[in-house]
Amino acid sequence: MKEMDGLWVKCKQCQQIFLVKELEKNLKVCRCGYHYRMTAQERIDSLIDEGTFIEWDKELVTKDPLRFPGYAQKIQKCQSDTSMAEAIVTGQGDIHGIPVAIGAMDSRFIMASMGAVVGEKIVRAAEKALEKGWPLILFSASGGARMQEGVLSLMQMARTSAALTRLSEAGLPFFSVLTDPTTGGVTASFAMLGDLIIAEPAALIGFTGPRVIEQTIRQKLPAGFQRSEFLQKHGMVDIIIERPKMKAQLATLLSLHMPMAGGVND
Amino acid sequence: MALPLEFEKPLFELETKINELRTFSQEKGLDFSSEIATLEMKAEELRQKIYRDLTPWQQAQLARHPDRPNTVEYIRLMIQDFFELKGDRLYGDDPAILGGVGRFLGRPVTVIGHVKGKDTKENIYRNFGMPHPEGYRKALRLMRQAAKFNRPIFCFIDTPGAYCGIGAEERGQAEAIARNLFEMAGFPVPIISVIIGEGGSGGALALGVADRVMMMEHAVYSVASPESAASILFKDAGLAPTAAAAMGITAERLKELQLIDRIVPEPSGGAHRNPAGTAKELADAFAAELEQLLSLSKEELVQKRYEKYRNLGLHTIETAQEAF
Ligand SMILES: [Zn+2]
Repeated sequence: MKEMDGLWVKCKQCQQIFLVKELEKNLKVCRCGYHYRMTAQERIDSLIDEGTFIEWDKELVTKDPLRFPGYAQKIQKCQSDTSMAEAIVTGQGDIHGIPVAIGAMDSRFIMASMGAVVGEKIVRAAEKALEKGWPLILFSASGGARMQEGVLSLMQMARTSAALTRLSEAGLPFFSVLTDPTTGGVTASFAMLGDLIIAEPAALIGFTGPRVIEQTIRQKLPAGFQRSEFLQKHGMVDIIIERPKMKAQLATLLSLHMPMAGGVND
Repeated sequence: MALPLEFEKPLFELETKINELRTFSQEKGLDFSSEIATLEMKAEELRQKIYRDLTPWQQAQLARHPDRPNTVEYIRLMIQDFFELKGDRLYGDDPAILGGVGRFLGRPVTVIGHVKGKDTKENIYRNFGMPHPEGYRKALRLMRQAAKFNRPIFCFIDTPGAYCGIGAEERGQAEAIARNLFEMAGFPVPIISVIIGEGGSGGALALGVADRVMMMEHAVYSVASPESAASILFKDAGLAPTAAAAMGITAERLKELQLIDRIVPEPSGGAHRNPAGTAKELADAFAAELEQLLSLSKEELVQKRYEKYRNLGLHTIETAQEAF
């Protein structure tokens, strides 16, 4: 994240200058409400009870099946820049004592585009949730498909969706949390399939990115187009939650989705 | 007949020459039959060579050929008693996707497909085969109906991609596509999809989660059009031929990568050279795949579909030796 380099940061929205440390203490949310992008690890740390997180499939990597020009180098660079093998972290952990399967995408890694590894980690997380009877929570942030994997990347939309079909049939909750930016094939698959669709404020969420739409229709897009609030107004998002409240509200929402002894179905 | 594609020009010139010679010999009552035979042999050789050695970019151009049979024509040639059923019951009817019910080899089937127009006027009506959310929601409605009445589902894929525009975003293009993927994974009836021309991105996949995915020999299937992939990856839309080659978009390559199940042969020169013959080949392929799928119980069918997607592309990933 360029604007976070160094000790000081100038907020994109309010133009005020802050200590990076101060911003990080506030989960990368400016006093004006601007939500900076988080890394996957920061996301997990902000949500999961200390000491309960166990990461899954950390070392899974692509074999670059198309031998796509420049892809192997690009992967390598992202790996050394982020110390991650791929664009998503998945694992298990507790949110205020409630065990969940969780995934968080990291937009530093080729815009967290979805190739076979990202798809497989999501499928495995859904299957693990199914096996354990846990809720699944996925934090998306993605430019969409991983172009360098061709149709294989497209197939991850089908694979992740099919895994969610099974989870849904088993009556287990899936919360999809959309963060800035969530576009393309990720939006058009698992991210839009949550029992609850939650968004962070002002996140860019859409199928086609705004620049491509502008080029296609040759007109300026209205202010706020494809932002969380716009999607909510158009019926695509249930709840917008500010980051500092995310953990507590997720915990409450999780508890509202837990089967109750003596409840309707027990 | 539309204009020949660049790489087809030598063949078209030769074919024109043969026709002229034939007309000339008839008019003058002269016998040029041995000359014509020689030229025809040459033309056939050239035809074989051109269409056997197509580059991925040439394949993409052929796949978009305006004369290629579209969903409407395949339905006319393959399906009896067809009734088009319109509307998503939510917002409207999208002419970019056509759907309905008909009979295939005596059996009721639900048929859904993208439709590209044959000329400018029809293309405007069909939005060049680029659906809005209503199109996908109509498709979903018809698939649910197929599941209810226990009819197999046939999907014809032929789209540059889902439409991108303000209305499409407002009405949830992404949600509409995602919902189809989600529900198609669970329908307890056989689903067979075929890419007949251009299979572009998520907008194609929304009709492409199937027990069997087939491709016409000269169809292409890609995560993004070669033009947009080139502009995103190489910052130059002019490098579309390079992107087309790099992405692996042809039927042959995708079969090799185990991402599709079957290639349906086309006549030399492409489906538009013989639509009826091509439709016959395609009908045979549908019949063969359907017969296999009908032998499965509903549970087996859904289970096998899940396993198919579960295992798809697993050969392309591995566990790294180094730690991260
Ligand atoms: Zn600020």
